[in-house]
Amino acid sequence: MNTNHTNTIFWEDERVDGADKVTGKAKYTAEHSLPNLAYAVFVTSGIAKGTIKNIDTSKALAMNGVLDIIYYANCPSVPGYNSNAAERPKNVTEWRGHKVLYDNKVRFFGQPIALIVADSLENANAAIRFVKPEYEAESFETNFDKARLNPTNLKSPITYKRGVEGSKTAAASVESEYNIPIEVHNPMELQATIAYWEAEDKLLLYDKTQGPKSTQSAVARTFGLPEKNVRVIAENVGGAFGSSLRSWSNVPAACIAAKKLNRPVKLVLTRPQMFTLIGYRPQSWQKVNIAADAEGNFLSINHEAISNTSRYEDFREGIVDVSKFLYACENVNTKYSLLPLDLSTPIWMRGPGEATGCFALESAIDELSYKLKMDPIALRIKNFTAINPENKLPFSDNNVKTLYEYGMNKIGWKNRPMVPGTLKENGMLIGYGMAVGVFGAGKGTASVRAVLSNDGKLLLECAVSDMGPGTTTSMTKIAGEAMQMPIAKIKFKLGDSDLPPGPSQGGSGTTSTVGSAVDLACKTIQQKLKELAIQFAPGFNAITVDALEVKNEMVIVKADAAKKIEITALLKLANQDKIDLTINSSGKTPEQLKFTSNSFSAHFIKLGVNPKDGKIKVLQVVTTGDAGKIISPKTARSQMLGGVVGGIGMALSEKLEIDHTTGQIINASFGAYHVPLHSQIPPTDAWFVNKPDLNVNDIGAKGIGEIALIGFAAAIANAVYNATGKRVKDLPITPEKLGFKNGKA
Amino acid sequence: MKPCNYNDARRGFLKKSAAIAALYLTPSSLVKAFAVDAVVPAPIAKEKLTITINGKLMHLEIDARTTILNLLREELSFTGTKKGCEMGQCGACTIHINGKRTKSCMQLAISNQNNSITTIEGLSTTETLHPMQAAFLKHDAFQCGYCTSGQIMSAVACVREGQAKTRDSIKTFMDTNICRCGAYQNIVDAIEEVAKTGTKI
Repeated sequence: MNTNHTNTIFWEDERVDGADKVTGKAKYTAEHSLPNLAYAVFVTSGIAKGTIKNIDTSKALAMNGVLDIIYYANCPSVPGYNSNAAERPKNVTEWRGHKVLYDNKVRFFGQPIALIVADSLENANAAIRFVKPEYEAESFETNFDKARLNPTNLKSPITYKRGVEGSKTAAASVESEYNIPIEVHNPMELQATIAYWEAEDKLLLYDKTQGPKSTQSAVARTFGLPEKNVRVIAENVGGAFGSSLRSWSNVPAACIAAKKLNRPVKLVLTRPQMFTLIGYRPQSWQKVNIAADAEGNFLSINHEAISNTSRYEDFREGIVDVSKFLYACENVNTKYSLLPLDLSTPIWMRGPGEATGCFALESAIDELSYKLKMDPIALRIKNFTAINPENKLPFSDNNVKTLYEYGMNKIGWKNRPMVPGTLKENGMLIGYGMAVGVFGAGKGTASVRAVLSNDGKLLLECAVSDMGPGTTTSMTKIAGEAMQMPIAKIKFKLGDSDLPPGPSQGGSGTTSTVGSAVDLACKTIQQKLKELAIQFAPGFNAITVDALEVKNEMVIVKADAAKKIEITALLKLANQDKIDLTINSSGKTPEQLKFTSNSFSAHFIKLGVNPKDGKIKVLQVVTTGDAGKIISPKTARSQMLGGVVGGIGMALSEKLEIDHTTGQIINASFGAYHVPLHSQIPPTDAWFVNKPDLNVNDIGAKGIGEIALIGFAAAIANAVYNATGKRVKDLPITPEKLGFKNGKA
Repeated sequence: MKPCNYNDARRGFLKKSAAIAALYLTPSSLVKAFAVDAVVPAPIAKEKLTITINGKLMHLEIDARTTILNLLREELSFTGTKKGCEMGQCGACTIHINGKRTKSCMQLAISNQNNSITTIEGLSTTETLHPMQAAFLKHDAFQCGYCTSGQIMSAVACVREGQAKTRDSIKTFMDTNICRCGAYQNIVDAIEEVAKTGTKI
């Protein structure tokens, strides 16, 4: 029998949870029902900063069905709030979120200031306008572009120095500034929590979270409960892209209301609240300077960045980090400062800081290539490095050059005009562009429980969640391959903090971390099966464990394939109804730590710019990934396609608009904040090197989610330059920035 | 379907609607005199609604302010229809009303007296998947799955209304439905395949 892993017996193609999603059976957070459920809605602030003098709730309280209105004056004591009132933790994930309903301070426009609880959603919503707050407003600052110019507004600079700053012998250099506006994750599922106190000290939460365990821990600390008394369920997560990596104000608010009313409470944010209450990609300014010799060797890279945070928490991401290691360069200097504004706190958004940093770095390299009269891909190959110049460790694997080769051929790079603005097709100015993305490939700790029953079915459990990449599918496939058994007999259960601890789904680490644990659990099961076979199977008693293999649901003697026993028969012989074990998988081994590990991507674009109105149409995309072994080709491809869509939004349309006279976000809806739609998406080809990287983990797989987006916006900007000769360094790239106004040149 | 007459209730509702419309049409100086949020509004009476959902005739008592979306999700446990924006901008809540694709967040339930509604749960009338559901599964036309119900309901309408002739016409028809995970290309692949089979769906 063919044991090749492409055998269809192992690779049933579709998502294992797909049927539930196409039939509407998959339940998301707000769709769980509890008896006597009450509905909560936030009343949000109408000023950006100040003090609430009073909230008149009398009329709203008298309305039909309104059960309570909770605000700072009547909010029950929350243990975690009181003991840490002035705390400012260093790590944003350790923070309990904005202390909602706790004090009378307004820190940003749209901040929750009261929570209406009613017997129906209609009654709760109807009461919002009858809640009358009185404010004492203070002056505030939401204007990043203005505030960053005053150095005294900046805080917490982190500098990195390697070698000298700048170069005196450079044949060519570029220095450019780049601006990226606030972008908002906007997953389709609204952020939601259902809280129910099953007992005085026992809390059940249905919560939209990327990390059931991290939410459990945050809630336990906030409400002074042992972790085991808090159960967090997140069975299906309707997209998140980073926005559900921490517990936001909806979580404590629902818990407080459920406690105060002694009944389950559901709190679902509105779409406008999704723009203000669950984080965003911070606004950033960057300056990149690259100097090179005449052959194109990079002599120095300087990368400076400022990104905004809130006034009450520090949020920082890896904006300048890419410049330290992506290319061979002796002299690299970086500086990254924060600018606090009177806005809510940002959070990682897909590709996080690396997407921001790569936009600047990869745009600058493209600009430099024209000065050097070199092909931008040749310039990148010239500065390729197999050793990470930051930590001097070899990359566990680095196949970017293979990505270049595939992408160039597939996009038709040979047609790229050497002089920008000189190629026309069908009346459109045509441009080709490319850029590279990179993200760390980690491996963390996770526990997995594996239960092999004597009916031949395998159950695996881990408290991770799946926001869409297809974790359930890839984990099932990893188990199918490790056990050499059909995936139809395997079930991977996730999304419940009661399961063995797993990581939050973020930073492209789930497959590596949880997948390694699944692999280890299956191998441990196999070991047990071999031991049982030697002990119980007729004629196996003289055979050693090493002489056996487990595949096709049997324990088989390697040297004599006719000598075998079915797993189900073996368990019955051993009088065991199941093998039930829980393993702990550790982070990287000392051997793996001898390498620096990353996933890489290269994105290739062909686009057209209408010379009459400046409208940009992306005509073709080739997106390529170097992410080790591809566990689940279909879902992996979908992640890359999704990165293209997100990247087109980042490059061409997404921008949060703030009215700086009021501090209010003025485009907080899909009608005004433009995410890409069907008709903006060109034919896209997604391709992987698909080469196992066994220096990262035993399964050889690295993450995909982030690299799918990182670098994409630069590829578009570079293609726009190639088409028009205009280099736009402020996202999004619009006809106005190409010199068009009201659709005219 | 058995005809059902709640004319009294409907007339009562229409009267209220007229009063609300009058309020909007009144000059703003007069509206101020009403000071609409200075007085506590009277409780909203329950209204009777007769509606067919996925082939099942239902006689309901509902809050007149309830949208079809909230009626489905909060009252009737048809949670397959998704709430994405409540502004008619994302398409996650797309259902069929009397066979026509409609954003259910934009429809008051009470204004759908005697209408027939199909949701994702009622798309397939057998145990097997509807051809469009099967095509979405085959082409991996989703990731998180949250916009999927709406995409599929729109996709079925796209084929039924003859708008699936080219990839461009599919995209234009489907621009009403946002997918933030970015499964657009696979969605168009799925619709194109179903359309090409020529099967009546």
